[in-house]
Amino acid sequence: MLQLFKFKGGVKPQTNKTQSVGEPIGVAPLPSRLFVPLHQSIGGTPRPLVAAGERVLKGQLIGGADGWISAAVHAPTSGTVRAVAEHVAAHPSGLTTLSVEIEPDGRDEWIERTPIDHGALAPERVRERLREAGVVGLGGAVFPTHGKLTASKTVPMEELVINGAECEPYITCDDLLMRERAEEIVRGVGVFRDLLQPKRVLIGIEDNKPEAVAALQAAAAKLGENFAVVAVPTRYPAGGAKQLIRVLTGKEVPSTKRSTDLGVQCFNVATAYTAWRAVAHGEPVVSRIVTLTGNVERPRNWEALLGTPLAEFVALGGPKPDTDGYLMGGPMMGFAMPTMDAPLVKATNCIIASSPALFPPKAPEMPCIRCGECAKVCPHELQPFELYWFARAKNFGKTQEYHIFDCIECGCCSFVCPSRIPLVQYFRFAKSEIWAREKEKNAADQAKARFEWKTAREEREKAEKAEKLAKAAAAQAAKKAAEAAAAAAGEAAPAPAAAEAATNVPAATNPPLDAEAAKKAAIAAALERARAQRAAVEPKNVDRLTPAQQKDIAEVDARRQQAGIEAPPTAPEESQP
Amino acid sequence: MDFSTPPYLLNNASVQRVMLQVLAALLPGIGAYVWIFGPIVLVQIALATATALAAEAAMLRLREKPLAPFLTDGSAVVTAWLIALAFPPLAPWWLIVTGTLFAVVIAKHLYGGLGQNPFNPAMIAFAVCIVSFPALMSQWPPAALDLGFAEQARIVFGLAPRVDAIVGATPLDALKTGLKLEEGRVGVSQLLDNREVFGAVAGRGWEWVTAGYLLGGLWLWRRGVVSWHAPLAFLAGLSLLAGGLWLYDPAQFADPLFHLFSGGAMLGAWFIVTDPVSGCTTPKGKLIFGFSAGALAYVIRVFGGYPDGVAFAVLLLNLCAPLIDVYTQPAIFGMKDKSR
Repeated sequence: MLQLFKFKGGVKPQTNKTQSVGEPIGVAPLPSRLFVPLHQSIGGTPRPLVAAGERVLKGQLIGGADGWISAAVHAPTSGTVRAVAEHVAAHPSGLTTLSVEIEPDGRDEWIERTPIDHGALAPERVRERLREAGVVGLGGAVFPTHGKLTASKTVPMEELVINGAECEPYITCDDLLMRERAEEIVRGVGVFRDLLQPKRVLIGIEDNKPEAVAALQAAAAKLGENFAVVAVPTRYPAGGAKQLIRVLTGKEVPSTKRSTDLGVQCFNVATAYTAWRAVAHGEPVVSRIVTLTGNVERPRNWEALLGTPLAEFVALGGPKPDTDGYLMGGPMMGFAMPTMDAPLVKATNCIIASSPALFPPKAPEMPCIRCGECAKVCPHELQPFELYWFARAKNFGKTQEYHIFDCIECGCCSFVCPSRIPLVQYFRFAKSEIWAREKEKNAADQAKARFEWKTAREEREKAEKAEKLAKAAAAQAAKKAAEAAAAAAGEAAPAPAAAEAATNVPAATNPPLDAEAAKKAAIAAALERARAQRAAVEPKNVDRLTPAQQKDIAEVDARRQQAGIEAPPTAPEESQP
Repeated sequence: MDFSTPPYLLNNASVQRVMLQVLAALLPGIGAYVWIFGPIVLVQIALATATALAAEAAMLRLREKPLAPFLTDGSAVVTAWLIALAFPPLAPWWLIVTGTLFAVVIAKHLYGGLGQNPFNPAMIAFAVCIVSFPALMSQWPPAALDLGFAEQARIVFGLAPRVDAIVGATPLDALKTGLKLEEGRVGVSQLLDNREVFGAVAGRGWEWVTAGYLLGGLWLWRRGVVSWHAPLAFLAGLSLLAGGLWLYDPAQFADPLFHLFSGGAMLGAWFIVTDPVSGCTTPKGKLIFGFSAGALAYVIRVFGGYPDGVAFAVLLLNLCAPLIDVYTQPAIFGMKDKSR
């Protein structure tokens, strides 16, 4: 028996999973239209490879992976591309994203699929295949899977953790997948195992899913794999990657490290399943299992095509009349879908129809009484109420000191807060403010560098001007001297006078040399000044530029630009910051 | 649905629930109080509660805050009950009204209201009144006092004269004064033999009231409303000092059990040092806070000029709490191994 570890904190909300496990996974009918966003994973946005009017086959590449950390996007069914245009994204903001609109032809005709034998291929080729097939983490993070399949060069890979915990309430898509397609999950895990060569493979499933545990154990036994299928205590967020790694291996992955630095890697069960489909069947990710539950007549899991509009999908479940919105994801970390046109994407594990009875309006926010409940339940052992004070006071430096970036936004703190403070919202606010400031700071740094460069250039040009003047003056002097000498010679001076004049000439021709030195000195001085300016600016916290300072920088920038286009560099006082 | 932000699922916690549980935990102590000293304490509780709610409402109005959520959150009532239990039951009505007003208006609302007060309001009320009205705050009825409720009420409302015979010192005070007056001639054990003032463990009657507080406190701990750190550390700090000195000279110093069940020790341990707003929040901080408050309370009650030291000890530690918190931040997930 594997020794299990505990993670601190966590909560036990009502799981509400039984409603949607009564029926097997259904295959959702073809929708009338598909809106497939090109950006469905972490990393680069795939380039569109099709144009309006083009006919596509199911599985045809419509978005090529952009950069190594990016995953390809495919046509979920055969049909005609109607547009490649902005369409509302599956995102709480309601913003649009570049999407391929496909009108299905009803034939669901596959492109030619080529299975590969991953054992016979070089690991790079297998990773390449996963990237081309658009395999991403289906647990919700949608990180391109191939990017996680390279073991650390320095740390031996000890454990491969497969995440079947599914700790969020309501969601059962992984549960049903494990029950029904255990063998393919195990085979997919086998692919990951072969690529990473870990010492052990641990599959963690919350103990409220005994059927899934049994199915995976049976599948592993049947395929002769010595994977440990482990039932872990049901406690949200046991399915967080870091929490599951902790429970199964006892290792705590800090925010500053990758799990591979500790010899662990973690994948979701559905990811393993799609990886196997990609390898052994040549099928890219064009659909996924989505739980449709909550305030619907027929809660159930559906295998739905990516890009299916929310309206058509929820119709399958028969939303009850008092439905007042739809959540994507679970009730702890999910978000409200902005419109009914938003599509299902690779990250969509669950759609919950909400009603006032299911998710009653939140009580008014009260002041924090520092009761510390949030700290008790924080799985990352943070002090959420302290973070809240600092975020509220916009003291972002302090929030970082109190490890705001270790917050995984699991929502446990908000779940228990007696003052009903939307803590996660405050933390997201603080994080985005910090990111924005970082960006601003980078922009300011750039502006400063440009300014310094310009100052140095102006100094150089001034020195060059001075040098030219000096040269001209010297030439003038030499000419005068020569004339004088000539005049003297004309007055019948003896040769020695000419010789004397000749010795004088070098003195007169010296200035150019001096000018060379002066130019060097001027440049050095300019650089020194620039350095001093930099030093004077640097100790100040660029994070906390006053609006006035920011305005100054912007003005300098604008002037610089103007100067570059219209006018030659002018008096230096104009470019003082 | 509230679309603003996840999580959409919340448990049923509320400030009101927390406060109601604290009030419920005070009931065993109050029950014992009424049983032994008569129902006059209920009059004091009612006076304090009415004053607190009125002051709360007035301050909310002045601060332009909504009345309903704050009047019903229960925090003012908790403050009121704690004040009523800390004040002498036969004190004149205006004393508790003054104390409660000071607590709610100055200690709570002038600092920003719920969640913002650096000092425990109930302890502020006690400290202000014992400094301003030391005589009235030191007159406690003996348990043996046989006085009808009507007569007690007449005393509280100033309709009957305050006779010295019916109001004496607290057992803590009695012991301290006894030791002082009879310097060197009598020991603690002889003084404690006075059955009119002292019971089996501590003050006669009071030992049962404080046992009631202990019971309520343990219930709060079991319910997860308070953590064990601060109360246990407080009782440990008090007992350690008391035990050490008692072993050193049992004739001059009462045993730890006497101190644990006397004065405000149990009320302080479970209902005052556990106040999250004015106390420490980290586990280590709570231990430091509780232990220091317990030790300080002992020093003040035994060597100081006041009959009890819990209020002053807690207020002094309230001052230190923010600093203690800064220096006792626990290591977070993945950062416990310093070598990493």
